[in-house]
Amino acid sequence: MSGHTDMVLVDDEGMRIDGRTAEEHRPIKIEAGVLNNADGSAYVEIGKNKVLAAVYGPRECHPRHLQNPTKAIIQCKYNMQAFSVSDRKRPGPDRRSIEISKIISEALEKVVLTELYPRASIDVYIEILQANAGTRCAGLTAASVALADAGIPMRDIVPAIAAGKADGHVLLDLNKEEDNYGQADVPIAIVPSTDEIVLLQMDGNMTREEFDHAIELAVGACHKVYDIQKDALKRRYSRNTQEGSDE
Amino acid sequence: MSNEIMSEIKRDHIVNLLRNGSRTDGRGPTDMRKIQIETNCIESADGSARVKLGRTEVIAGVKIIPGTPFGDTPNLGVLTTGAELIPMAHNTFESGPPGEDAIELARVVDRGIRESGMVDVEQLCIVPGEEVWMCFVDIYALDYDGNLFDAANLAAVCALRTATIPGEQYGKGENRPMPITCTPISVTEVKIGNELIVDPNYDEEQISSARLTVTTDDNGNFRAMQKGGCGSITLDELSTCLDRAVEKGAEIRKLIG
Amino acid sequence: MEKRNARQTREIVVPGDILDSSGMKPGENAYVLDGKVRASAMGVRNVFQNTVGVIPLRGCYMPTSGDTVIGVIVDIGPSNWLVDIGAPYPAPLHVNEVPWKVEFGDTSRYLSIGYVVLLKVLSVDESKKIQVTMKDSGLRRIEGGRLVRIPHSKVSRVIGKSGSMISMLKNMTDCRITVGQNGMIWVDGDDENADVAVQAIKMIEEKAQSGNLTDRIKEFIESKIPQDEIDDEGEE
Repeated sequence: MSGHTDMVLVDDEGMRIDGRTAEEHRPIKIEAGVLNNADGSAYVEIGKNKVLAAVYGPRECHPRHLQNPTKAIIQCKYNMQAFSVSDRKRPGPDRRSIEISKIISEALEKVVLTELYPRASIDVYIEILQANAGTRCAGLTAASVALADAGIPMRDIVPAIAAGKADGHVLLDLNKEEDNYGQADVPIAIVPSTDEIVLLQMDGNMTREEFDHAIELAVGACHKVYDIQKDALKRRYSRNTQEGSDE
Repeated sequence: MSNEIMSEIKRDHIVNLLRNGSRTDGRGPTDMRKIQIETNCIESADGSARVKLGRTEVIAGVKIIPGTPFGDTPNLGVLTTGAELIPMAHNTFESGPPGEDAIELARVVDRGIRESGMVDVEQLCIVPGEEVWMCFVDIYALDYDGNLFDAANLAAVCALRTATIPGEQYGKGENRPMPITCTPISVTEVKIGNELIVDPNYDEEQISSARLTVTTDDNGNFRAMQKGGCGSITLDELSTCLDRAVEKGAEIRKLIG
Repeated sequence: MEKRNARQTREIVVPGDILDSSGMKPGENAYVLDGKVRASAMGVRNVFQNTVGVIPLRGCYMPTSGDTVIGVIVDIGPSNWLVDIGAPYPAPLHVNEVPWKVEFGDTSRYLSIGYVVLLKVLSVDESKKIQVTMKDSGLRRIEGGRLVRIPHSKVSRVIGKSGSMISMLKNMTDCRITVGQNGMIWVDGDDENADVAVQAIKMIEEKAQSGNLTDRIKEFIESKIPQDEIDDEGEE
């Protein structure tokens, strides 16, 4: 966020280096039910981010001391694969991935009906295959599709996207260059039925006006991500019925 | 690789079928499952491959960066292979640092690649004694239905075959393809009762007593082997495994071209 | 409950989807927000009288007392066995709930790890602790044959309208078939016929969402087993 560059991130016409306007998100592709063993799974591409999410559970909670006698706990593990970034990432959790895992677990906890499964654990695994700014949002977007795919009872599906600031412009869904050399990044996740915010981080430098604008952009885009999430889930089942009639 | 209680009924069913030379998924004892390979699927990697072996799925990526050579091999590049059995892939896999199964898996794959001389490490030298290319092959199991050894070997080999040395990124000359000399292929068999079967699925692996992985090179010579499991194999069985490893290895090599 | 609505169009809904905004009551897997009924699970929208809910397509089995289930013994204690019945929690089977007199510490003589048992769910308490029993007619250890596991949400399709599908399967394949409410199904019979029965069950699982399932399954079995070979025993 603090980096400096001579690179023009937003030109005079308001165009960004990947040809987007300030209010456009990168192309998004979502597929539900992509793995065999997991109870639910999803694959998400947002621009050059490639993310897999898998859900196991509700199942017996390990370690036992984490069990809650009144509800299930959600244990998310966010992991960047070694080759997902330009410099090889050393395998294993670091402080960043532990923090991201925690805030994603908490965001999902809001929508999942955890009280139906006391003492159980719902495990969510997010693997970043390829990273290009915005992996936590892509990861959470994938995780909530995987949860729904696993048949986990939940009030709503959680979409996530970031807004930010680069070259003094408020932009939706920063790419890697904008993230590296921009001035602010605000990842957000919401519950679409109520517009409640379940994940929010911010780093950088923004005025109140800029921040309000960023939130407005991100919340609007979350609803678009939500439509793509729902479409992916519904496609998975129409796919099944179709396969049926082909044979 | 992992422990889950299997019902007696399922176990008996697998064993009974095998006595008649058939398997629960309709294969014969020496049939491999369907192999699907997608290479260069990860742009952030210098080489990558995603391999499906039936319902088992593995991804491997190669990262190549300049580094200091080892003191005893000042002119040779460095090749390192790691594997993780991430909990995404199976409900018995746990998160945390690689356990003994993951380490064994990585080392068996590494041995096949290293001992076959698949990568000409002499050509990975940048400045003799000072700087060489270091290749990290990282393997992740994504979906586990048995025989990770062969799936991981295939993924690592295909990722290396399509890898590019990123000279331009580090100001070390032009980008160039990885110097590849051959294609090591592993073939794994397990023993259930007195039957040997190629490419075991999860259930078959669970009830097997012994496992043997044999890696061959383009000439059908043996480059790496690993026996696993608490059971034993006879010399005759070993001979059968070696013959099959050569035959199946050639078939797979043909498939990946 | 879903039998009554078998002819309804199968509209797939996902969590958060609005099921009704005209004042209907929320049924299963539904909740009310600002006067609208919304889905709380992925599945098929289901209307019954004045309620609207969702029949889930997937999800883990949650036992209800009275369910007949098939489970696998996964652990043995001095006075009970732990049985995996596909629920989030293993179900303890106490020595008082088996048809034998078992001395303390003598459990493994009766049921070993890996044994398959047909049980009934006695009770599920508020914190979802499960009790199962083997003391009822027909409950027993199951031997031989084969086991098929399907999602519990597809069990009602395998059974069919008032048992029509399952009796057709049994009659046409001449197999003994026991369906656990938890999605574990035991099939026993002549090897080739049992294969066909297992394939037919898998087909029902895959195509549970498609129409005229019964006819398609019938056709499938007919193509594999010539029906004049099967004596009509008139099973129930």
